[in-house]
Amino acid sequence: MNTFFLCIALGLCLLMFLSLYRCLFGPTVLDRLIGVNAIGSKTVVLLLLIGFLYERVDMFVDIALAYAFLNFVAIIAASRYFHKRKGLYEESFMD
Amino acid sequence: MNILVIIFLLFGFMFFLGGAVGIIRMPDFYSRLHPAGKLDTLGIMAMVAGLALYNLHHFSWGAVLLSVKMMLIVFFVFMSSPTATHSIVDAGMRAGLRPWTKKGKQGQTSNGELAQGKE
Repeated sequence: MNTFFLCIALGLCLLMFLSLYRCLFGPTVLDRLIGVNAIGSKTVVLLLLIGFLYERVDMFVDIALAYAFLNFVAIIAASRYFHKRKGLYEESFMD
Repeated sequence: MNILVIIFLLFGFMFFLGGAVGIIRMPDFYSRLHPAGKLDTLGIMAMVAGLALYNLHHFSWGAVLLSVKMMLIVFFVFMSSPTATHSIVDAGMRAGLRPWTKKGKQGQTSNGELAQGKE
């Protein structure tokens, strides 16, 4: 079962790299926020898997809960900060 | 019991995979939020439910408390992930990003007043 957990954790890391593409090359600032949100939601599961692999689940559950809360607060704060920026358009590569 | 845990984890992993591919492949900011908001929520729910089930393998009251904590994480993500998605969409609308249309550049300029209507 530990091997299966390890395989799932490695697959999650691969998916996090796929989401990191949107973080790096996103046309607007809000696209980068989408990438950060997706990576954060995968990290919660990854922390629980790390807790199972190291047999310290009781500690890593609290860390995962704190990480989920911090991710939520960061997304809310960043989207409130960028919501009237005029620089959102100049960065767009689409046209 | 282990079979059920494996099924839950693979189910959640499939949804995470769909979410990541959708975030890369979708053409527009608003359509990218759709896989990011929904599929990640269901992926977290399935995977953490499978891990909480695996935690109950050796039954004790400490393990039950730990599983209840994991389900609390699921409850919190279920509340907070649509809120974060709505907040990002609201920021995009207020900043004046236009939705993607099939016509391309011509359509992007023609429905500009549709995106600005909220202001």
